[in-house]
Amino acid sequence: MRKEMLKDILQAFGPAGNEEIVSGVIAEYIRPYCDSVYNDAMGNLICCKKGTSGKKIMLSAHMDQIGFIVVDIDEKGFLRIANVGGILPALSVGREVAFANGVHGVIYFETPKTRDASAQAALPNMYVDIGCSTKEQAEEKVQVGDMCVYVTNMVDMGNRIASGAMDNRVCCAVIVEAMMALQSPHDVYAVFTVQEEVGLRGAAAAAYAIDPDFNINLDVTLTGDTPKMPAMSVALGDGPAIKMMDSSVIVPMSVRKFMIECAEQAKIPYQREVLRAGGTDTAVIQKVKDGILAGCISIPCRYVHTPTEVVDMADVDGAVALICEMVAKEQLPGA
Amino acid sequence: MLGRLSNTMSVSGNEKEIRKLLKELAAPYGEITTDTMGNLYVHKPGKGKRIMACAHMDEVGMIVKGIMEDGLLAYTAIGIDSRVCVSKRVVVGPDKVPGVIGAKAIHLQRREDLDKSIPHGELFVDIGAESREDALKYVSVGDYISFDTEFSYFGDGRMKGKALDDRLGCAVVLELLRENYDCDFYGVFTVQEEVGMRGAMAAAYRVEPDLALIFEGTTANDMPECEGHQHVTKVGQGPAISMMDGATIVNPKLFKAMKQTAEEAGIPYQVRQGTKGGTDAGAIHKAGAGALAIGISVPCRYIHGPVSVASVSDFENAVALAKAFLGKRKFDEV
Repeated sequence: MRKEMLKDILQAFGPAGNEEIVSGVIAEYIRPYCDSVYNDAMGNLICCKKGTSGKKIMLSAHMDQIGFIVVDIDEKGFLRIANVGGILPALSVGREVAFANGVHGVIYFETPKTRDASAQAALPNMYVDIGCSTKEQAEEKVQVGDMCVYVTNMVDMGNRIASGAMDNRVCCAVIVEAMMALQSPHDVYAVFTVQEEVGLRGAAAAAYAIDPDFNINLDVTLTGDTPKMPAMSVALGDGPAIKMMDSSVIVPMSVRKFMIECAEQAKIPYQREVLRAGGTDTAVIQKVKDGILAGCISIPCRYVHTPTEVVDMADVDGAVALICEMVAKEQLPGA
Repeated sequence: MLGRLSNTMSVSGNEKEIRKLLKELAAPYGEITTDTMGNLYVHKPGKGKRIMACAHMDEVGMIVKGIMEDGLLAYTAIGIDSRVCVSKRVVVGPDKVPGVIGAKAIHLQRREDLDKSIPHGELFVDIGAESREDALKYVSVGDYISFDTEFSYFGDGRMKGKALDDRLGCAVVLELLRENYDCDFYGVFTVQEEVGMRGAMAAAYRVEPDLALIFEGTTANDMPECEGHQHVTKVGQGPAISMMDGATIVNPKLFKAMKQTAEEAGIPYQVRQGTKGGTDAGAIHKAGAGALAIGISVPCRYIHGPVSVASVSDFENAVALAKAFLGKRKFDEV
């Protein structure tokens, strides 16, 4: 994985519903490796590399991130906010946020009675301070309806990297990297979907338009390898995870078998993933039209939905290799 | 017209009466069709983008789930807080049998009763029947129940009535159908929005719009106990343009184009500040290969109750805003 590219994709602005900037960054990287690149009505970025078999494989990863939307600006220039996706309020207090136009601010909450922020922070009593003293000043910078996201630096710890938006930009970068390398007899569509974080809203529209024979979705998954985590067999560094099931999808046995065989043949370390709570775009893609065979590669990720999500580069590189192996196969899984 | 639309009784799944009225009112303006779910379409064919103006026909209400030995009707509610049902006049079934939802008189209540709200399961509709057998002469299990509220104008340019959510939206779409626009235009009146945007999904697959405008009566929370930043909308401050709700995030360019339309035309507007709730836009923007969708709402206090309150000027400005958006081909800017 090219770390500079990963950093660009991680740091591109793109909360759910406002993916234009991140879509542009990904498109720049992927365009030289594709025959066509476009955005659909919802904003999904759809990139195609033509093949000759007449079959279509769709690789997908959501490019949106969680964030906040401004719902009100008060007389003193404080911005009131609501969540866009699964924000953890207590972990947001004291954080720096950025808007699409480059305005930065910090999040705090109404006069705390104790110093224990986690006990009292809830979105209705939180606000963003963008350094303005009046409503008029603030409205020159930001308007109701604008969104902001956590500012995070990519923390390079060697094999492991921490950053905000790792969910799911790491998977976007995996697909870009794979598109640079892969050889396939099939049409390969790389799809970067919108609005996953607010309820898997974008992916179905893209799948409806493409109508693929096979979908491989990519997303991050939780791990069971940190202190006192509930039992889960996925761990950082043990390879990309092949999803068996989560609370939104059961991966068909034929797809599961195909993915495991590909990993074993290519000697790519992999893990089997059963995620008890959580959903992915795989779920909605599977149910489009008369049904689409879909599987999911998950990148194990610690501290999901915080500004410090951690992944292991071995898992990332393994995922790229596994995609290349799967799309090269003449014979795709059947029902 | 607003009065006729508001007074019509058509709870989700039983939109026959309102569909009949809308069909009659829309007949002069386009080709009328319906689908198997009961959605009503009025098509004004044209060239260019396909634009769908959409409002839901159904309203919240109740349904008879059983008849007690003593002739009282047990009911299930669709989208209604039980606290607003106590001591209300209702009508039941196709014959509009009058009834009241009663509760124990204050004399009979114990002290602890006074502190709790009565759930739907402990409330009954009294149609004046003396026994189950007697009640069955007038009503059946499965009959729909609506609030018996007469629409009227009152106060300083305000109106009150039931089902302003979303008969005000229906009225906006009717007003839009009177004019011609430079696009392929559909006015669509959907069914079963209140139970989860069920009709709109089918309608979106049928119309396959490029862009949908959804007209709603939305929550106004401009009440004394509510702080400024927690108002969803305010009555009398103009139509509310949606940025985000629980089911839709509006495309930023479309949101901007709609605000600009209002500013250029000098039409007052507000941004709908809540991020919860949902409208037919939630179903429409994801249907098929996807579409653009935005809500324009008339703020209503006390929605999903027997009587809500809205401002006549907000309604008129919602119509003006939509006409300006369509007339000036603002849909080409997104």
